[in-house]
Amino acid sequence: MVSMGCQMIRISPSTVAGYIAKAVVATAVVTATPTEAHEGRAGGKLMLTNGVSSIEGSSGGGISTWAVIAGNETVDGIGGSAHVSAILLPDYRWESHGAAIGIRDRLELSYARQNLDTRDVGEKLGIGRGYTLNQDVFGAKLRVAGDAIYGSAYLPQIAIGVQYKHNLDPQIVAAVGGRHASGTDIYVAATKLLLRQSILLGTTIRYTKANQNGLLGFGGDRGANRTIQVEGTLGYQISRQLIVGGEYRSKPDNLGFAKENEWKTAYAAYAINKNVTATAAYVDLGSIATAERQRGGFLSLQTAF
Amino acid sequence: MLLLALFLLIQTAPAPTGEDPVAPYAVSDTNAGGSRFKGVAMLEAFHGVAGIDRIVDDLVTTSQGDPRIGDIFKGQDMIRLRRTLKEQFCVLLNGSCHYTGRDMATAHKNLGIQAKDMNALVENLQAAMRHEGVTFPAQNAFLAKLAVMKPNVVTR
Repeated sequence: MVSMGCQMIRISPSTVAGYIAKAVVATAVVTATPTEAHEGRAGGKLMLTNGVSSIEGSSGGGISTWAVIAGNETVDGIGGSAHVSAILLPDYRWESHGAAIGIRDRLELSYARQNLDTRDVGEKLGIGRGYTLNQDVFGAKLRVAGDAIYGSAYLPQIAIGVQYKHNLDPQIVAAVGGRHASGTDIYVAATKLLLRQSILLGTTIRYTKANQNGLLGFGGDRGANRTIQVEGTLGYQISRQLIVGGEYRSKPDNLGFAKENEWKTAYAAYAINKNVTATAAYVDLGSIATAERQRGGFLSLQTAF
Repeated sequence: MLLLALFLLIQTAPAPTGEDPVAPYAVSDTNAGGSRFKGVAMLEAFHGVAGIDRIVDDLVTTSQGDPRIGDIFKGQDMIRLRRTLKEQFCVLLNGSCHYTGRDMATAHKNLGIQAKDMNALVENLQAAMRHEGVTFPAQNAFLAKLAVMKPNVVTR
């Protein structure tokens, strides 16, 4: 059952390319729909102000979750987004894809599927070369106060949220010492675009026991309970379409067999148009399951309406 | 009758050329809804009063023809809007002008403006500033002044 599931969902670099190709096609379809038919009233957010899709499917930067709500709709409508992301690392291939809806710029419901191809590391760990770890992430986020763009510069947009993560490889989680195969992250996020300085500031306080985002389970021999972790984002808006910056994310370190490091990125997000945003980043994910210095490239494509 | 006419004449400030009369209100720069920038850098970034005039004319013309928000301007006094917008921009950018229009809440009352309407106007303003060659940091700095006005503009 488990091995069959793994066979079905094994991801190779060529399928990562396939996903990106599919997303490009999906994006082309979305943008090719007759915008004249609903010109104007659809959407309504300013470009880039919905953020991009994080690896957990919630709207944010690449690796951190922001307080913004998915999609281009304002308080007067329901919008949404879909994305594919790939991270190419020395010893791993990461692929994730998902979708989110944003209801009245208030409530965001998201889903993401994460796949981590362990390549040669899989063989070293005894789980098989190219074994792919998989996880589903279901998210809900509620904007509770403020506005990321408008209103007082001193009041950021503030949101609270949960991410329920369900690891699909419980036998691996058990083998590496993870206590649970599923877990729930709870967070509060604050995000503000300081127009006066063209600077984007954001932070997220996350209460989590996820090991490597949950792909190695939840809790471990070194720590069983949730701990408080911090995410930060700092960006500079160069134009209506382009923002560059960096992100930081601290993580628990619950597993004795392998050290876990904080994540860091330097990113550029470019809004090709109102419906398509491309994000490229240099990422430093530190040590992952005994493979040191996992630094590489992150590429994500998001379509929003 | 004559007294009443005289009374009305005193109460109603003479409307500038071509404008419809509006209900009396206290004229003050504070009605512009924001503080002035310090110094001359922002005014220079907008190419002075001449630049402001071009930006406002571009903004108003584009917005009137914008299928998203054009209807909002129908039946409104566009001569007055152009004049007071130019005054407002000039005051915020620290030009040697004064704002003689109404405050933001009064001016936008009953217009039923939604968040996406304001965003559409911001996009048109960004385009107008771009056409004028205003640098992006200066555009954003100016938008920061308008951003705080949203609660008084967006009523729906």
